[in-house]
Order: sequence, then structure tokens, then C-alpha cells
Amino acid sequence: MDSDLSTQDKKDLDKFIKFFALKTVQVIVQARLGEKICTRSSPSPTGSDWFNLAIKDIPEVTHEAKKILAGQLPGIGHSMCVEISLKTSEGDSMELETWCLEINEKCDKDIKVSYTVYDRLSVLLKSLLAVTRVTPAYKLSRKQGHDYVILYRIYFGEVQMRGLGEGFQTVRVGVVGTPVGTVTLSCAYRTNLALMSNRQFERSAPIMGIIVDHFVDPPCGSQRPANMGQPCNYRYPVHKATDDDDGEAFAGVQDSQEVCTTSFSTSPPSQCFCTLSPSPSKLSKALPLDNPQFPLVPGLVTHPAQSIYTEFAKDDSCICSPFCLHMQLLSYQPAVLAGTPELCHTAANPSQTLHAGKEDGVLHPAQPYHGTEAHLTVEHMPNIPGSRGEGRRSTSPSDLVETLNALTRKVGAFVNKPNARLSATMDLPFAAFAPRGLDSEDNDPMVHPPDSPSCMSPLQASLHSQGSDGSGQQDDFVMVDFRPAFSKDDLLPMDLGTFYREFQNPPQLGSVSLHISSQSMADDLVDSLPEKLAIYERNIDEFDAFVDMLQ
Amino acid sequence: MRLSFKNNLTMNCRSELLEVTVEARQVEESILSLLHTILLHRSTGKFHYKKEGTYSIGTVGTVDIDCDYIDFTFVKISSEELDRVIKKAVVEFKDALNISGSDGIGQISLEFYQKKKSRWPFSDECIPWEVWNIKVNVVNLANEQERQICREKVGEKLCEKVINIVEVINRHDYVPKMPTQSEVDNVFDTSLREVQPYLHKITYQITDSLGTSVSTTMRRLIKDTLAL
Repeated sequence: MDSDLSTQDKKDLDKFIKFFALKTVQVIVQARLGEKICTRSSPSPTGSDWFNLAIKDIPEVTHEAKKILAGQLPGIGHSMCVEISLKTSEGDSMELETWCLEINEKCDKDIKVSYTVYDRLSVLLKSLLAVTRVTPAYKLSRKQGHDYVILYRIYFGEVQMRGLGEGFQTVRVGVVGTPVGTVTLSCAYRTNLALMSNRQFERSAPIMGIIVDHFVDPPCGSQRPANMGQPCNYRYPVHKATDDDDGEAFAGVQDSQEVCTTSFSTSPPSQCFCTLSPSPSKLSKALPLDNPQFPLVPGLVTHPAQSIYTEFAKDDSCICSPFCLHMQLLSYQPAVLAGTPELCHTAANPSQTLHAGKEDGVLHPAQPYHGTEAHLTVEHMPNIPGSRGEGRRSTSPSDLVETLNALTRKVGAFVNKPNARLSATMDLPFAAFAPRGLDSEDNDPMVHPPDSPSCMSPLQASLHSQGSDGSGQQDDFVMVDFRPAFSKDDLLPMDLGTFYREFQNPPQLGSVSLHISSQSMADDLVDSLPEKLAIYERNIDEFDAFVDMLQ
Repeated sequence: MRLSFKNNLTMNCRSELLEVTVEARQVEESILSLLHTILLHRSTGKFHYKKEGTYSIGTVGTVDIDCDYIDFTFVKISSEELDRVIKKAVVEFKDALNISGSDGIGQISLEFYQKKKSRWPFSDECIPWEVWNIKVNVVNLANEQERQICREKVGEKLCEKVINIVEVINRHDYVPKMPTQSEVDNVFDTSLREVQPYLHKITYQITDSLGTSVSTTMRRLIKDTLAL
């Protein structure tokens, strides 16, 4: 196979494949920068534009690609792969796509190396330019910012596609036959873009039903200018990356509104990062760019071998996603009885917040929430949307879910705001029903009503919390004695049930007992009739005269 | 996408069909994206011939273009002259499509050809070797929600079309061989300053809502006139 190929052709072919591999990496990485690429055509050949395409080289990418290649070329069984992944600000990562440059054994001996192979490799690079804009990762890369960034990794050897999830799709960019094998460029991309968190939740229950308050500012949101699209406010000296690596420091990027937050990690164990900084004119020192025609891609600086995300974790001004904000809510607890709320540890590392040790003063219910019946600890439950890091660390993980349930409950009506105490003397509607402070709980008529009836009403009984611990949980609750509005029980100190039972059978009236008195009345009437008739007959003349007078 | 392959043995011309269904305001961008993707692969840098039959090639730059009415980004060659030529043809097609009616169907074709010198008095013959037909169906949408869905769906369809174009291109079927300096104008369009696409022309055909094309209608009218 190789014996038919002249030495010059073999040499040219190796050079073509080498620079094709380097240009492939450049095209892929630049397509994931998150910016539109624009290069100019030049009618005159420059001599430095391989495959007659204006593809500018990012030195760090070239350096990394050369390091991975380590003098060898992609060959049969030795594929060069570029893995594109997404990493969120919390540290979750997800592989998006894997580009693979491989050479198989199928040879085309009749093809001319000098131009045909070169021309077809040029066409293949153009195809790569087009295809890198149509895979799903392109749109994600255009939207990268403070929530996530796009990373790349170059590796040699067997293609790894397990990280792409189920149902990944493949697209073949193109093939070029050569006398030593067929160059194939393909891409496998993820179709399921649901982010699977790698966070370890063994010690705590999965957090479900988190209420997302979209109107809560992120903890460090106020620190960023409003017009900053992709903030990256890290402030540490950066070092240029040249082959000499003289360690000369550039001016750090501070409060620049044009800094691109695109950061790339290279394949392990190296942690050299490449970050795109503003255009060279905005830096105090020139950037190590040999090619001045790098118009739309900002200048380059590199950082020392240090993870940017480590810096984010250490810095309290980290940019937290809503999920990170949930971790902050989880860490919040209502203030203790007599103490002021302690500042919660900034949830730069949510795992720390989740697994903090136990502390006292936890006011959270031991039972599920039951609508409006149990106001529970609402009197010291501040407004969750307004709270940022106040409170203590969460208690044992077993109570975290309950605490979260409490935290996510809405503050009910007639409930005290934090540190605000209402008394019955305040001129407020239903002030008598407002919960009292815990320190006056003993005197609180709501909790210990005076002259409580011995027979508890069924309605009252149903309001008592039925904690698994029984009466032991009584102190954790404020019993609200349910009273209908405008009701007064001063005159009739009994409830409706008692009233009904008592007056269900009223006593009989004395005048209504007919069967005893009716007979005596008849006897008296019969006995007195003759006398009355005798009287009427003696006075009959008077009665006749009375009747004549009426006529 | 409907991809039909027709191998014309006599003319050695292959024909590819791309069909898109878009809203009226998306016609221009969708066609431009496909035409530029094709021309990206069918253009080279400027040839500079040297002595002894050797030549060097200029550099082709690229530009990313975000569509305004479609969730789609495509790559085109960095050449203002080429942009003007392509856009002029697409705008003419779009206007003709609008005039034909709201439910018009049209087809715009990009044909690559090479010239074959003929002896006098015969003119040079144009022999197509690759034809890309883009059939456009224009739909009307009722509300903004449908337009938003259409915006995304058309973007996805165009992504598929780009992949299909790339597949066809990378079959490395017949393309004219590199010409000598004397024949370069028979293969390439050397009129542009910065780039050198293969000789090509853009034609279009409009079909009204009745399913008849303008040319068919004219033919029928002439026949009817002659029959009188």
C-alpha cells in the first residue's frame, strides 16, 4: 500500500492529515465559543492558511491539540476525538457531543495527493464549518453565560460515547479517500438534554416541590452590571501562553463588561484553562497573537493551573443558579427564641449546606402541613423571598425535607412578620386571634384558654396536632382555639352541643296538664249550677226590665 | 426532506431537490441559507497561475449569519459581491412568490454548469453538472404562537437540509477538473474579486394556488389564441 506512494506524497499526506486534524480542532472549538465567527477572504494566497480557508488559530487550542497528538497522527485504530461538554456553575456537567476524526483501512490508491486530497480535505473542513452550526450544542454554546459554560476535551484513542446518554444521534460530516486510508469525520451528539445532577444525595432525601421564586435576585446578581452579558469577574493575574512560557503576567480582567465567560478545561490531569478576554486594545499589554487578523475573536490570556470553578466556590460573589439559590433556602431556618438570626453560610458549595451538623432552635413541624390549621412557627417565619442567607444551617438531613416543607409554605393570614409582635390591645381586626410571642405563651389565652370546659368539643379536638410523638410535640405548636366570628360565650358558657342536649327535653308547663284538672272543673261546675239558677229566677224581673230597656 | 437523485447519463448532471415549508417572511432567509451553504462548498479562492502550469489559490473567509425570523445560523462565504448577486435573485423570487398569492408554491434552482467552447457561429454551450432545486411552500399562520413554533420547526428543518447538502457534497461525485489558465473561465466565475465559485445561475419558477405554473398558463394561453 505505502510502497506505491512516493516519499514526497507520503510526506505531503502526513502533513495534510496533521494540519487537517489541527484545523478540525480549531473549527470545532471556535464554533463553541458562543460568538459568531467572521473571517475575511483574501484574493492573494497568504501562505499560512491551510486548505485555503481563513481559520484563525487559537494558540492554546493548537498547543493542547499538539500535546495530545504528541507527534503521532490519527491513524487506523487511533482516532482523534474532541469532546464538547457543558458545565453548570454548580459543577454539574454533561457531555454534549463528540467529534471524531478517524482513518480506516479503505485506501484509494489512484487519488492524487497533491491536489485532490488537499481539495477534498478543504471541502471537508467547509462541511465541518457548516455542520458545527446545526448540532444542538451550537445553540447551547451561543447562550452560555453565568449559568453554564461549554468545555472541550481532546483525546486520542477509542471514541467514548457513553456519556452522551441514550438515543444519541450521529452525523457523518464527510469522508476523503487517501492512498493510506479513508479519512472520516463524524459527530455523535446528545439528544436528551436533561441535565442529570452528579450531586450525591445519599444522605438527604431528594428535594421535591421546591418553589422557585423567580423574582428573587441571585446572591451576587447585584454585583454585576446590568449590561454584562457573560460575567466573569474573577480577579487574579493571568499569564500569557506562549511556547516560551515566560510567566509574564498580564493585567487582570477586572470589572470588564465585555469579558467573555467562556472557559475551557482541557483533558485531565492538566487544568490549564483558556479564557477569552476583551479585545487586545482594552488590555494594558499586547496579547501574544501572531496573526493580527483575529478581528472578532477576543484576545487570549491564560490562567495558572487552577480551576475557575474552584475560584467560584471560594468566592462569596459566586454566580449562583436558581438551583443554588434553593440550597440557600434549604439552609435557612427561623430565628431562635431569644437570639438574632445568624448569617447562613453562602451556598457556594451547596453540599456543605446540606450536610451541616445539628443545631438548636429548629422550629419546624414534625408532621406534614395541613392547610390553615397549623400556623406552626410562622410567627418567626420570615418572608422567604426576602431572605438571603439569614438563619442557621440546616439540621440533620432527615429533617431537611420537613424543614423545606415548612420553608416553602406560604405565610398565612393574621400571622406575625418576623420580630413583630401583635397584642390583643392593638386596634386590628381579629387581633384576638393573632398568635402571640412564644415567650408569653403561658399567658396566651389562645394557647391556654381560661375556664376551659371539661368536655372538649370535637371541633377543638380535631385541631390538635397529631404528632407521632404525641404530647411531646405540644410545645412546638401554637394551638389556635377556633371560635366563630362575633361569637360570645359569656352568657351561656356552653357550646352548641351542650346547649342542644340540655334543652332537647324542656319541662312541661303546669297549665298544660289537662288530664288532672279537667275533671275537677266539671264537677265544680255541676255543683254550682242550681244555686246560680235560683239566683237568676229571683232576679228575673230585673233581667226583664234590662231587656226592655235594650229594646 | 425529499431528496431525489437523477443521473442523466447524457448530460452527467445530477439533480437534488430540497423542499421547505415556511412562512412568507421566512422565505428569503431560508433560501439564502441553503444557497450559501451550497456555494460555500462550491467556491474556492482566487486562482493565481504561475509559470510551468502551477497555480496558487487565495483564501476563503466565512461569516456566521443569524437568521432574524428563523432559529437558525448558517455559514456563508465572506464576499459582498457574491452576497449581492445571490440576494438579488432571492428577492426577485420572493417578490414573484408574493405576487402569485398567499398560498403560492415556488421553486428556485441553483445550477452549476461549465461552458463548452463551440466553433463559430455556434455559441458556447452551457452544460449543467449539478442542479439544486429548492421548492418553497408558503403557509399563512393564524397567531403568534404558531409563528413561534414555526420559527423553531423551520430552524430544525434547515439543520436537516444542511446535513443533507453536506452528505451530497461529500460523495465527491463529478466536479469539473481543475482547468488550465485558458479554460478557467469555462469552469469558474472569475468576475468576483475575492472568491471564485463554480459557474452557476439561479432560475425560479412560480406555481399559483391552482397548482399551475406561470409558464404553463402562458403556454395554454398561446395555444388557445392559436386555436381561434
